Parts: sequence; C-alpha cells; structure tokens
Amino acid sequence: MDEEIDTRKINNSFLRDHNYATEADIISTVEFNSTGELLATGDKGGRVVVFQREQESKNQPHRRGEYNVYSTFQSHEPEFDYLKSLEIEEKINKIRWLPQQNAAYFLLSTNDKTVKLWKISERDKRPEGYNLKDEEGRIRDPTTITALRVPVLRPMDLMVEATPRRIFSNAHTYHINSISVNSDYETYMSTDDLRINLWNLEITNRSFNIVDIKPANMEELTEVITAAEFHPNQCNTFVYSSSKGSIRLCDMRTSALCDNHSKLFEEPEDPSNRSFFSEIISSISDVKFSHSGRYLMTRDYLTVKVWDINMESKPLETYQVHDYLRSKLCSLYENDCIFDKFECVWNGTDSVLMTGSYNNFFRMFDRNTKRDVTLEASRENSKPRAILKPRKVCVGGKRRKDEISVDSLDFSKKILHTAWHPNENIIAVAATNNLYIFQDKVN
Amino acid sequence: MINTMECAVDAQSLISISLRKIHNSRTQRGGIKLHKNLLVSYVLRNARQVYMNEKYAEIYRMQQYEEVMTVCNEIQELNPLDLVEDCEEQTGDCCGSANESASLCGALLPVSHQAPAVQHLQPSSACSVPLALQSEEVCKAPEPSFYRSCCAEAYPVSNCDFSPVNNMHCNKTTVLDLDTHVVTTVENGYLHQDCCASLQQCCQGAQSPAKKRKLDFGYYVSEIEEVPDFTPCKRAKFEDSSYASTEPLDTSNISNLISIFGSGFTGLVSRQADLEQALNGQFCSKQALASLGAWTRAIVAF
Repeated sequence: MDEEIDTRKINNSFLRDHNYATEADIISTVEFNSTGELLATGDKGGRVVVFQREQESKNQPHRRGEYNVYSTFQSHEPEFDYLKSLEIEEKINKIRWLPQQNAAYFLLSTNDKTVKLWKISERDKRPEGYNLKDEEGRIRDPTTITALRVPVLRPMDLMVEATPRRIFSNAHTYHINSISVNSDYETYMSTDDLRINLWNLEITNRSFNIVDIKPANMEELTEVITAAEFHPNQCNTFVYSSSKGSIRLCDMRTSALCDNHSKLFEEPEDPSNRSFFSEIISSISDVKFSHSGRYLMTRDYLTVKVWDINMESKPLETYQVHDYLRSKLCSLYENDCIFDKFECVWNGTDSVLMTGSYNNFFRMFDRNTKRDVTLEASRENSKPRAILKPRKVCVGGKRRKDEISVDSLDFSKKILHTAWHPNENIIAVAATNNLYIFQDKVN
Repeated sequence: MINTMECAVDAQSLISISLRKIHNSRTQRGGIKLHKNLLVSYVLRNARQVYMNEKYAEIYRMQQYEEVMTVCNEIQELNPLDLVEDCEEQTGDCCGSANESASLCGALLPVSHQAPAVQHLQPSSACSVPLALQSEEVCKAPEPSFYRSCCAEAYPVSNCDFSPVNNMHCNKTTVLDLDTHVVTTVENGYLHQDCCASLQQCCQGAQSPAKKRKLDFGYYVSEIEEVPDFTPCKRAKFEDSSYASTEPLDTSNISNLISIFGSGFTGLVSRQADLEQALNGQFCSKQALASLGAWTRAIVAF
C-alpha cells in the first residue's frame, strides 16, 4: 500500500525545540471513534487530546481531511492512596469511544484505578442581554433597571468543552489494563490483572465482577489477565487474554461469574524454543476481535497471531514481527524492553494487520497476499507528503545499502500504540511523544 | 529443558538481575506491577533450575572422578607404571569432560588456580607425584584440587577447606565409631573401613556437633542438612571469577528481598492486597521458604 505522510507533531511540552521528550508527553493510547471523524490520544501526564478531521473542501483537494486538534483536557490527576501508601499514576492506559447518540461525543478514559466518562461538546452560541448583569458579568444594581429584555443567543467562536459525566472508582485492587464498551451501548467492562468488572454506563456506585482469577493463596499465582474485549456484535460474549499465552472466550449467559470459559484458545509451546524467557515472550499483550467478530488477533512479544473463533487448538495464522530479536532476549530483559506491551489493530475490512516494533518501525501484514511491510515513523527519514519507503532489518551477514542492522536499532524508540480508521486507510501511529497520521495515496 | 545456548549471560547473573528488578519495583511510582513481577519470577525460577542442574551435573562429575581416583589408588601398589597410564586415561576422560564445560569445572577450583584450569595433560612424571600423596590420605575425600592435579602442577592439598564436598554424596554415609576410632564408609550399600579418624575429623569439621552422638543416623541426618549448604561455600570461592561484572547487592536489600520472596507473591502485592491476604501470606511464608531451598541460601552467600 502506498502511503502519503501527513505528519503532525503534537507536542504539548513547552520546550518544543528539544529532541528529548518529557515523560508526561509520552503517548500511552490512541483510538479512533466509530466513524473515524475523531481521534483521541492519552498520555502519561493524564491528558487527553482529541483531533477532528477537517471537512473535505473543494478548494483544497490535496488537503484531504487532515486532523486538527479539537479538544484538550486533563482527564486524570496523580492521586495518593493513603491506606496503602501508594501513588496512583495519572497515565491514561486506555481510551474507548462510545457510539454517538447526539451532538456531543462521549469517551471512556482510564488510568490504573479509575474510569471516567467524558462528554465533549461544542458551544458556538452565547446568550447575551442579561437583565441582572452587564456584558462583562458584573452584577447590575437592580434599582437602575428600567426595562426587561429577553436574552438572545449570539454566535461566538467555537468552544469545545469537556466535562466528566461519570466517575467509576474504587472497584479495582490491581492495575486496570483494559476497558471495552459493549455492543449494547449500555454496559462496559474494566479489566485489571486479576478481575474483570461489568459496569452500567449510568451507574457509578455499583459494578459486577464477572471474572476473578485471583487464587485463594497468592503464592499460587501463575497467571494474570493482560487484556479483554467484548465481541463486536454479541453483547453476551467477551474474551480475555492471559500472561501465559492463552485466550478465554466467555459467555455471560452461562453464569454470573464467568470464571469457567466457554472456549480456551491455546497453542502448545514448542519445546525446542524453550529459554529463560519463554514465559515472558508468550505473554499476550493485546487481544482484538476482528470487525466481523469471526476472528481474534493476539500480540505477544515476537509474533501476531490470528485465531478463528471456531478453532481453539491453534492459531489460523502466525506472523513474525521481529524474530531477529529472539537471540537478543537477554539484553532486552536487562534493559526491560522485553516487558513492552505492543498493541495490534485490524484494518476496516479485516484484511490487514498492523503492529509496532522498535526503532520507530511498525509492521503491516496483508492476510490475503501474505505480504508484509516494515515502515518507519520518523521525521528525519520522511518528508511530509512523501511516500513512505519500506524498511528492512538485516539479520547478519552482509548489510545492504538501505538496510539497518539489528545492533543499530534504537530500542528507546518503540511504537506500542497504533490505530486504524474504521473505514478508510488512515492510520495513527504513536512514537513516544509524537503522533503520526498516514493516509493512503491519492492519485 | 531450557536451552541456554542463546543466552549471553549465565544463570547466576540472571538471578541477580532479576532480584534487582524486583527490588527496584518496590520503589517505582504507581506501586508494584503484578504482571511484570510475575514474569520476572518466572525468569528467576528458570535460571534457578538451570543453576541447580549445572550444580548437580558438577557433583555427579566430581563423584565419578572420585570413583576413578579410588580405583587408581587401589591398583597403585600393583604396578606404578600401569597406574600412571591408567590415571592419565581416566583423568583424560575427566579432564576431557572438563574441557567441554570449562566454566563448571573451573568454577569449582580455587581462584588462584583458575588459569591453568583447562590444560593439556602433563607428562607422566607430574602425574605420579600427587598420586604418591594420595596413598597416605586415601580416606580423605578427593578435593577439587585432585581433579586437576594430574592435569597441571601439583597442588598442596589443604585439609578442611572442602569438607562440604564430602557431604555431597548422598549415597555415602560415613560413621565414626567413638570407641574404636574407626571410620567406616558406607558407599552404595558397601562398607569400607577407612583409616585415620583424625583425618576424618578434619574433613568433616562441619559435622562436629553431630559426632558426639554414637548413632549412625546422627551423621546421616547432619549430612543431608549439609547438602544444600555446599552452595554458599562454593559460591564464595568462585565469586571473584564468575561475576566480575556483577555489582554486589546490598546485604540488607537481599535479606529484604528474601523476605518478599519467602512469602511468595503476597510479599510482592502486600501493598495492594486485601487484608485477608496479609494473613494468608504469613501463614504460608514458612512453606514457601522451605520450597525455595538451596538457591535462597545461595543468595544469602553473596
């Protein structure tokens, strides 16, 4: 697929010119809404930035629907749990949009402990002509009022305001890693390391625990939940992935507590590949249903796998993301990179998969043609509106001109979060504190 | 079976790296990350498995060598010339296997003799010299120095340094009869009467409290208890050679870490756990400590 770059460097830091990123600006989640009109990002500083796609205009056809900042707000603040003497990070772990039901937009954003429902609405009219206060807002002396008038709405500059409508707190002992909105648009679930809770979007003081894998004796803990998602169409079905590399599909109709799975997707481990780090690299970092609901995609440290819901014994397809790292696991363990949690996304038609890697590389796999491509999100290597050039990592032996060797990869530049527009070939790629938006080439 | 070939660092370094990670996670912002610590504990467990396997392989090799040397000693009187040749062959096997995994053999040796650890066989004259020494101390457990003595220069055998080595053989029971001062070794069910109770005393210095008892099982029990403790002794010896690159961890931090690990994951999530878990943790910490076994003591040593 040819790509045209439309680069946005969104840096909320005051020090715009420097190369280093303040940690608060590191993007921690990226999500398109259901129409693709809005794109939300969350960062480590607890802020949410929402971009809106421009209306396509006939005057400037080459600026085909670019994304501009629409709203910025502080979603979460750092908190302190006095009981446990723990600081609660304000980092936004996940953002999920609700389907649009009126003029306002709603999204759920979560940090480690608290989920918040935000309403983002526009205001472009302002009432003028108050009786009791003047234009600047000062209270008028009632004795000076001789006549009454009805305030009228006058147009004003567009203002986008975000207000927290619901705060869902105190339901999770462990760190929340996922949220997922149900297709019934009434409920959603929040997932931490050991439990999954079901909420009604309207009710904040009660949630229902639907999965609990906490052992009676914590000494016996062997796995944690790493991600969970509702089925896109069936409101009773959801899946959750574990650190042991298995995925469980559960049906909420079977029982109130879905500890027993309906299906277990697991691939037996290859004994010849066993190493010190086998458990780490088999831990699933992300699980996503396909838009059709027929397939599941999972991401572990080195691969992306596609599973058919109807086949539990092994994945349908396995794609190697960066297998050249298999011999480097030791150093990746020492520098903590082996714990990085990469996400994965489907395109709108479920034919292409995308996931991130190191050195600001991200990979796409075409399921039909079985071709894959490695692209780079960096300003140095590409100019705006230029076509992205495929990159290649050379695994030893002679290095060709454009290739990069494994040892030259920059492991501090990792792409963990990416998003794909629900209908079009527009992708958003978060590279540390920068957001890149790429579109398909227009002929 | 864990494939360690692709790993640049050995099991011991991995253990220390993992412990450092767990220790650092306690002070990280946002609280202890359960998932990450769980994964680190898996690496710790794998590294420990490999470490223990290597250790037991060493012991087995040592034991084999010891049996070979015993055979050599027994036929020594028959024909000195034959003995030298036999010994060369036997030690050739032993040293040959040492060549394959030099790090393990070398690791057992005193630091000062690391350099010539893996050498070609010396000429037969060098071989005969330490063997003469051996005839006088046949009841002594062969020390690691013997392992090399045919390969390189003669090493003056010291007495008590390697006493725990003697206790590695789980199938060997040594009994000192306090009345007759006769030392008896039961090996694989066969009885050998050894000499020199005094020498035996020296060898088994670590067991002196148990000697007071006349009963056999007193020795046996203390021997078994000694088995896990060989690790710290060994560790202290080759610490210099093996881990030049590892920074020594603070002792107080290590004991804290052990208390975390002693209570399993309850220790890790003690800040996050509900009240009832705190009780569970204390209840089970002893059990967990027992299961941790030798590697915990190994950590204490360094």
